[in-house]
Amino acid sequence: MFESKGGVLFLAGVGFFVLAFLFNGVIPMLMFRDMPEQTAEQVVNPRLMYQFTELSRRYPESFRTAFGEPTEENCAQALRLGRQVYLGEGCWHCHSQFVRPVSNESLRFGEVSQPIEYQNELQRPVMFGTRRVGPDLSRQGGRHANDWHAVHFFRPKTLLPDSPMPEYPWLFEGDPSKPNQRGLALITYVQWLGSWLDSYPYYEELQDFEREDDL
Amino acid sequence: MNESDQATAAEPRHEDLVDERLVRWYFLAALLYLGVSMTGGLLMALQLVHWNPLNGIEIFSPGRWRFIHTNAVAYGFLANAFLGMLHWTVPRLTLHRVGSVKLSYFIFGAWQVIVLSTAAAFIVGPTLQAQPWVANLTASLQIPFSLGAQGIEWGETPFWIDPVALLGLVLVGVNFMVPIAKAKGPLYVTLWYFMAMFVWTPLTYAMGNFLPEYMVPGVNAGAVGGLFIHDLVGLFVTPLGWGMMYYIVPILLKKPIWSHGLSLVGFWGLAFFYPLQGIHHFLYTPIPMFLQYHAVISTIAVEFVVATVVINFIGTLWGDGRMIVTNLPLRWFYTGMIYYFITCFQCALQVTLTFQKLIHFTDWVVGHAHLVMFGVFSMWIFGFMTYLFPRLLNRPWYSRNLCEWHFWLSASGVFIMFLDLGLAGVFQGYYWAALFPWDVSVNGSQPFWVVRVFAGLMMFGGFLCFVYNLWKTYRGYAPAAATAPAPAVAPA
Repeated sequence: MFESKGGVLFLAGVGFFVLAFLFNGVIPMLMFRDMPEQTAEQVVNPRLMYQFTELSRRYPESFRTAFGEPTEENCAQALRLGRQVYLGEGCWHCHSQFVRPVSNESLRFGEVSQPIEYQNELQRPVMFGTRRVGPDLSRQGGRHANDWHAVHFFRPKTLLPDSPMPEYPWLFEGDPSKPNQRGLALITYVQWLGSWLDSYPYYEELQDFEREDDL
Repeated sequence: MNESDQATAAEPRHEDLVDERLVRWYFLAALLYLGVSMTGGLLMALQLVHWNPLNGIEIFSPGRWRFIHTNAVAYGFLANAFLGMLHWTVPRLTLHRVGSVKLSYFIFGAWQVIVLSTAAAFIVGPTLQAQPWVANLTASLQIPFSLGAQGIEWGETPFWIDPVALLGLVLVGVNFMVPIAKAKGPLYVTLWYFMAMFVWTPLTYAMGNFLPEYMVPGVNAGAVGGLFIHDLVGLFVTPLGWGMMYYIVPILLKKPIWSHGLSLVGFWGLAFFYPLQGIHHFLYTPIPMFLQYHAVISTIAVEFVVATVVINFIGTLWGDGRMIVTNLPLRWFYTGMIYYFITCFQCALQVTLTFQKLIHFTDWVVGHAHLVMFGVFSMWIFGFMTYLFPRLLNRPWYSRNLCEWHFWLSASGVFIMFLDLGLAGVFQGYYWAALFPWDVSVNGSQPFWVVRVFAGLMMFGGFLCFVYNLWKTYRGYAPAAATAPAPAVAPA
């Protein structure tokens, strides 16, 4: 059997592969089967909507061209596109999206990651990442304002002189104050990360936009 | 190889078995992609040390070239080189031609189309992503369609190329299983590895590229993705590499493998333990902890299997150690094997949760990956090419010196990179755990990243020596009639 074609093809080839798949794939599938997968619409939350609305007011013309009105539906669309930009530009090869329970990571980044956080359309395939040249991003939402992100994506060294992060001027129309659709979507996506947690950081006072306009 | 078969039937001629032109084409395509991949690697290395002259140009974005760097190695360089190797070894071991030479040429062409369109998608896809029809499709099917890379490491091949690539892999298996099926009697070790690989690779490819995209979300997709990264190395590249080693080493040393029993242990140990370890790429993730422990333990187990294989090859070499100095291909193979042992030993340590706390997410892992993919498998391929090109081109190498330069620059370059990045990883791990500001870890890495650029340039330099040498060998002088005739068939 150990040197026959049948043994090699069916025991080693198919058999051992399937055995490994049972351990590595089927067991987690069974464990998480009662944890429904949420759609992009379902993960839109008030904190994210605040940032999304803020984007529409800060960059009114760009925003109107890209997404129209800051509705929840359009926010879900922006999240989908933002994730694709995050994916296609290779962000996930230098930034991870999970906080480990070791190495003081919960002190630096925030709460340790839980399985439920990944049960949604925007983690298909999951953006765990394998390398951190830059910091983990899974608790990034709300830590910086939208305009900080815009300038940072346009030219990271403006804000962080030592940062080796590449520049992404193609997410803008020539100027950090004019993000295009992909730029706005990516900012929305980054602001979404971690916005579902109770530990969401209110670094910026969440003012009522209407009242602000009256003043 | 069946002894009685050879005794009774007349031995088929080499020319009737092997299509040498196809082997040449595969090798040249492989070298082309290796050059592209190394350029991508250089671009990212320069980005990290703030020297990237192309920063801010969309089509040269280091993020997009990161995909090209890894995918050009896996599917451009390794796949093409190994397919060339298969076209030489399988017919010579089985004494039968491949299923269909026409199919072979079709696969060659199709595979280049797959690799090139993958590269094009990585570069252009993200630019085109903001189209209304993509958004509508995504929203209606609730599956994120990325025109560029797919979100699985090493499986970034865009979703619309995946089915074609899978079909190609199945056809490769069918084409080579025909001669293997025709061969009678017990099969040589090399063919065990190849046969298993023909089953494993399509299964792995289908699992990694389809399940996390369409079937399983979240953490579960992470587990499958980890298994995919792992199986791609362990069940696609590794069996091809070891199959090649078992084929070529006895030919070069002109004696059989030391122990058949250890060969059996090596193959079956790899087949059983290797696929079980996928989750060790994502330790301390929200993947259930008992599954992580199981991946750690089976990883440590496989290192014992690796030790038996290495002992077997050392035993084969025993008494002929001097040939490492004189015989260049043999030196490539045994240096690669020493590096293999180092990476595997490193694996057994770094996979433990104690090490993971420190080195996960750091450059340590990057150093490890380079030693495996370049230090082991690419070097074995260089060895095989160094051995085979004179036979394919019917003349000796233009310059033995350039061959030596290729070896020393590659072997020392990758080892410097490995040591340098390993050390960088330890520093980064401690900077992070000590809660220094993030910039401290980035600035503290700069000296290591500068060394890495030069180590990479050494490897690139070695590659250029090889390409120049090959060019001169190809063009430099008229083919002397049969200076290096193809060796007799049936080596085992």
